[in-house]
Order: sequence, then C-alpha cells, then structure tokens
Amino acid sequence: MSLIEGKVWKYGDNINTDIISPAIYMERSVAEAAKYTMSPIDETFGTEYKPGDIFVAERNLGSGSSRETAPLVLKELGVKTIVAKSYARIFYRNCINVGILTIECAETDKIHKDDIIAIDYEKGIITNKTRGEQYTAQQIPPHIAKLVNLGGLIPYLEHWQEEHAAK
Amino acid sequence: MGMTMSEKIVARSAGLTQVEAGQIVMAKVDKAMMDDLLGPRVEIAEQMERMGAKIWDVNKVVIISDHYTPPANAAQADIVKFTREWAKEKGVENYYEYIGPCHQIMIEKGHALPGEVIVGTDSHSCSYGAVGSFATGIGSTEMLGVLMMGEIWLKVPETIRVEWSGKLNAGVMAKDISLRTIKQIGHAGATYQTVEYVGSGISELPMDERICIANMAVEMGAKAGLMEYDEETAAYLRSIGVEKEFTRISSDPDARYSSVLQFDASALVPQIACPHEVDNVFDVTDVKSKIDQAYVGSCTGGRYTDLKMAAQILKGHKVASGVRLLVSPASSSVYERCLREGILGDLAAAGAIILPATCGACLGLHSGTIGEGEVCISSTNRNFIGRMGSKKSFVYLGSPAAAAASAITGQITDPREFL
Ligand code: SF4
Repeated sequence: MSLIEGKVWKYGDNINTDIISPAIYMERSVAEAAKYTMSPIDETFGTEYKPGDIFVAERNLGSGSSRETAPLVLKELGVKTIVAKSYARIFYRNCINVGILTIECAETDKIHKDDIIAIDYEKGIITNKTRGEQYTAQQIPPHIAKLVNLGGLIPYLEHWQEEHAAK
Repeated sequence: MGMTMSEKIVARSAGLTQVEAGQIVMAKVDKAMMDDLLGPRVEIAEQMERMGAKIWDVNKVVIISDHYTPPANAAQADIVKFTREWAKEKGVENYYEYIGPCHQIMIEKGHALPGEVIVGTDSHSCSYGAVGSFATGIGSTEMLGVLMMGEIWLKVPETIRVEWSGKLNAGVMAKDISLRTIKQIGHAGATYQTVEYVGSGISELPMDERICIANMAVEMGAKAGLMEYDEETAAYLRSIGVEKEFTRISSDPDARYSSVLQFDASALVPQIACPHEVDNVFDVTDVKSKIDQAYVGSCTGGRYTDLKMAAQILKGHKVASGVRLLVSPASSSVYERCLREGILGDLAAAGAIILPATCGACLGLHSGTIGEGEVCISSTNRNFIGRMGSKKSFVYLGSPAAAAASAITGQITDPREFL
C-alpha cells in the first residue's frame, strides 16, 4: 500500500531534536518521555496526537543532537509518516532506521494544521483534501526504499544475520 | 580527477581507489563510540540480546559515561550503572566514566586517529576531524548495525572548503572562527557535506582550539568537519603517547568542491550567537543583554586554552554580584593541568564555581541548568530553545573569553575590553 491519509500537525523551520525530545525527559522510558514530545513549543502534541495523524514541517527538520529518542517518541505516539521540505541527516537516517517514512516535499508551507492530506509515496504525489491542492514529493531513493520496505534497520539486520550464519 | 580529504578517507575504508561525491559506499568502521545518554540503553542492548548478536570487534569500541556523570538522581545513576555493566559484560575494555565529555576523551586517549572512519552515538563526533578522522554522529539503531557488521553505508559527501587566512588577534578565539563560519553557511547549509577547514588561521591554532571548530561542523548540518594532518597534529599525538607516524592527507589541487569560502582571521572580532539558533550570529559589539550566568565548559569550550584565556580575562576582577560563573573543564586531565598551573585558583579567586568535567549544564541535565527568564552566555555549542534548562530561558553562545568578560560586567561584553 503506498497510500497514506491523515490529519496534519504542522510546524515550521528548524524543529531540532532538543524540541522533539527534550533532554530532561530522556532518563525516563520512551513511553513516559513521549508525553513531552515537542513540549518546548507545543504542549498539546504529546497528549493529543492520534496515531495516523501526519507530522508536517518545513526546512531542516531534526537538526542538532543525534538522539534517536526523537524518532522513538514520535513512533511511540504513532507517527508513521513525516513530510518536510528538508531534513537534517542524522534524524533522517534515524527515522528510516526505526521505520518512520520520511518524505521530502518543497511545498509544505501550503499545508496547515488540521488539513487532511493523502500521500501516494510511490508516485510522489501529495493531495491536500482540505484545500483541493496537489503537491509533488520526492521519490524515495532505492537503498532507502529497501530498508523501509523491510520495516527499518532491525529486520534488515536480522536478514543480514541469517545470511551471515549461513556462510 | 582529484579527491578531497574526505573522499580519500572514505575511499580507503570502502576498499576503493576512487570515489565521487554522491556515490553510496559501504565503509568499514575503524572506531565506534557510544555514550551513556544514547548508547547501549537506547535499543542497542535490548536488540542485541534479542537477536543473540555479537560485537564485530570489541577493541574498536569505546564507551564513555559523561552526560549523566556525576548523576543528579537515581534514574541517571541507574543509566550510568547500566552502561558500565554492559561494557563489562561485552568485554569492552575502553570504558571511561566521570572524566569528561566523550569527544574530548576520545581524542585525549588516542582513540581518534588520522585517516580513520569513526562513528559515534553523539552528533558532535565530528570533533575528531581536528585530528584528521572522518567522524560522524549516528543514531542508536544505526550503531547496533555497526556493532554487528563493522560497516555502515555512507553517501560520499560533497565538500565545502573553508579557507581562513591571516592570524587571530588577541581576545579572538577558535570559537569566533566557528561562529563566523556558521553564520555564513547557515544552520543547514552544509547538510550531508563535509566542511574542510584550511589556511593559516587554522594551522596557527593549537590542537585544543582546532577541536572547537571541528566540533561545531554539525551545527551547519555537516556530516564531518576535517582538518589537515600537520606538525601540530603530530606533536599533539606524540604528547598523548601516540608514537605512530601518519600519512599526511590533504585534498588534491584539482579536487571538486561544492563551494569555496574565504575569510580573514586577522579581521575577525568576537562573535555571539543569539537565541535560539546557532547561526543567529552578530559581532559582540552589536549584542546587548544582561546575564544571570556565564558558563565555560563542554567539549566545545572547556579545554586548556579556554580556561587559561578565561583566567587571564578575570585576573584582578570579580564576577559581578548577582551573576554566577560556572567552569567545567573538558576532562579530568584538563582539570589537573589547570589546577597545576594555577588557572583554577585564579578562576576561583575571581569568584568562579569550579565543577567537575561533565556534560551537565551544556544540555540542561544537571550542574548549572537555568530557570525561567534567565540568560546564560555559554562557551558550548547549542543555544536551542530550552537547551540549558527552562524553555523560557535564553542562551547566547560566545568564546570562553566573552563568557569571562560578561561575568565581570553582568552583561554581554567584548572580551577585548579586559586585555
Ligand atoms: S559537552 Fe555538550 S555538546 Fe559535548 S558531548 Fe556533552 S552534551 Fe554534547
């Protein structure tokens, strides 16, 4: 299935990992820490986000610390798909590794909070049902598609382990 | 076609003679570094256990408990304990704790060497570029992959060449070079790229100042920040007991860059990054704010040259009343040297509070977090919203010299006024 539809939570540029996953909550379990996801700028996200909603931001999402707790708290809350204009590299890799689909789209400024969007990630098309608009999204590079299709890095490693043992 | 430094290192680790920016390769990892905050306890230990997986080469793994040391509460203490026990159980002999931020320890203990490919679970792993390692931060699950396979896929990065000519004037430090470069490139301007620092403005600097510059490459989104191996690198490595001679790796004259930027170190004045982004940078003379706290410390601004400079500025002065100056040396060996040379005494005499070597306040975990409405000038590397404590606090980044001068006046101050 390459079609995802959901309600939007919308943020702007430079949402860094200190915002997504503040350090002070990192000594707690991921389930506990998840309640404080995005809390420096949005106290409602951690408690009101519903699985299936889509996380949308603009430029340079996930800059700063390499903390994997950032994608992990998002995943804990049920985030499966993120759309942004661009990503910081470690965050991008971390999302793919934990099995969150990261989509690049240059037009996320046209998407607003609570819009309903549908993403066809194989074709690279995002439809904004609330506004009756369509945007182009970047197609996912093959080596990343392979990881995403397997469900992240862990299943990939399990696969590697089997092959390795067979040798 | 010629290759850049980073292309040369990546090519060697991938077993290739030639690579080009954009190409995806499997690189063999020379060292893998984990800290307490994002190391074994996040996914790694649990998944390894579940999969019955083994570390590919324990001698190439270094584990450092630094963020939660000394622990502020039982939860932090449990994390450090877990990290220590996990290292022991896995037979990782390169385990350190309580002696300072991981990046300083990696370099000081000779674990980061020229020409190596190094990955760490902390984003400032790019610091090791100062000694010529191609080093980058990765997430915990990715580290699990490295621990099992000993390799990682990398997209060969393009390189931005940053040339600093001239020589810094008194009162201007490596931190100012860092901030000025970040101002120009922007906080995402080097995403997926290597930033290569060359020129007399860099080669004239001692190793501990160079580390401050490589450390902050990630603040432009860079994968690595690299410097050439030279006499200073060789002398530094000898000083920490690394006897081996290394090949001098530099970029070929016909290497391809995504851009080349030129700066003049002799024209640089102290720089300040204002809240809440690292590229929100101004000349110190254009920044006005009162401060509640000044912080000199971290893997960015807590080394010997930093503390020495702060002490020089503070000599004969006192920290302003109502302001606190906290000093955390970047490692216990920096602590010990500064103690021996009287630097810590001078700092304490001026009213500074000397803390152990720790990450602590740098990321708002303990030992100097700030409250609502409070302002801190800090020699660390990030001024993100809430980074040092309350989400309603304000962090200005500057050199240790600027932090010391500001501690004297109680407001952001040009350190050159105290020279
Ligand atoms: S000192 Fe600060 S930047 Fe350095 S490793 Fe510790 S928390 Fe990170």
